[in-house]
Amino acid sequence: MALMARSDETALAELYDRYGRVAFGLALRMLRDEALAEDAVQEGFLAVWRAAARFVPERGKASTWILTLVHRRAVDIVRREERRRADSLELAPEPATAAADDDAWLRFERERVQAALKQLPDPQREALELAYYGGFTQTELAERLGQPVGTIKSRMFTGLARLRELLGENEEAWSPSPSTT
Amino acid sequence: MESLTVHDLTAAYSLDALDPDESREYEAHLAHCERCQRELAALGGAAASLAYATEAPAPPAALRDRILTAARAERENVVPLRPRWTTAAKVITAVAACLAIGFAIWAASLTRTLDSTRDARDQANRALAVVSDPTAQRLPLKGASGSLVVGRSGDAALIVNQLDTAPSGKTYEAWVIQDGMPRRAGTFAGGGDTSVVPLDHPVPKGASVAVTIEKSGGVDAPQGRAVLSTQPV
Repeated sequence: MALMARSDETALAELYDRYGRVAFGLALRMLRDEALAEDAVQEGFLAVWRAAARFVPERGKASTWILTLVHRRAVDIVRREERRRADSLELAPEPATAAADDDAWLRFERERVQAALKQLPDPQREALELAYYGGFTQTELAERLGQPVGTIKSRMFTGLARLRELLGENEEAWSPSPSTT
Repeated sequence: MESLTVHDLTAAYSLDALDPDESREYEAHLAHCERCQRELAALGGAAASLAYATEAPAPPAALRDRILTAARAERENVVPLRPRWTTAAKVITAVAACLAIGFAIWAASLTRTLDSTRDARDQANRALAVVSDPTAQRLPLKGASGSLVVGRSGDAALIVNQLDTAPSGKTYEAWVIQDGMPRRAGTFAGGGDTSVVPLDHPVPKGASVAVTIEKSGGVDAPQGRAVLSTQPV
């Protein structure tokens, strides 16, 4: 079996080669500091490594797991670094020029998600961006935006649900591989 | 009712926008709320896709080396693995189980214990430690699809596929049976594709494991119907 032929380490390297860049982009946007972003990516990938005896480098499943772990690490760090959090409150526009050496798949995904985000009503997009990239809790968001927590919750929920529709995500991509005993 | 407000936390949890207390409350709720598990699977994917909207230079090449080196160093402390699983089917089962566990931890939905007071994540980690141990022994189940995984120390976990959710008012209860004496090893609710159940009682050599259906909360000695069992370890 192909799976057996590949060593664990090769599998980890493959996952990194595929998702490392997205993970780094995410961490850098959240932390605004290359060294901290590297830490978040490293800790996220090592959490993956510790958690799985073997990897199935299959897109759509592993990616969410990895990005979730990296995001969680970055949130931990951003909440420690109060100073940077103040900066990230401003919804800085994305840099106008994409890095020239992007791979096509990544550029495609980025454009797809950015286009979907643009279609959300401003308050929903703002709630998602501040929470996800800024690392703010719903309570902090409510205070900063001068809205009840219930309103923030509902913006996040509606925004995510709409985003999912726009991206055409489906549940099948979510279930773990079927077992075959 | 706690559930009404706790249900509402799924989106914020997907975005990591809860404070630690809220997270714990939500994860405890998630462990037995199928609606939230489904919703989290859906919203979690949408949340993670936000990562793709960012633009950034490629990470430094040194980062890749550092991660791989650190990963290797961690594994070297573990007994080098000589896979016990000899057939493709077993490998696939193990891979699927690990993948399922990864998601379970992420979703914190692993613990289906009805009467558990333990933290869901703690229990997930215990199961993971056993199941991801390449030196662990794996026995097939009789009566259900899945396996019993027993680590060298006797720590064990059951992986059961496609087990229907326990009927209302009932629970699955696991037993470690040694010298004809069944000992309680934890309750769980079943349901979903795969139930991963860390056993509360170690499984020594010569003991076997069985699961029965009992009234909610579990009982001190098995009374209900057996749904699965194993050979002695």
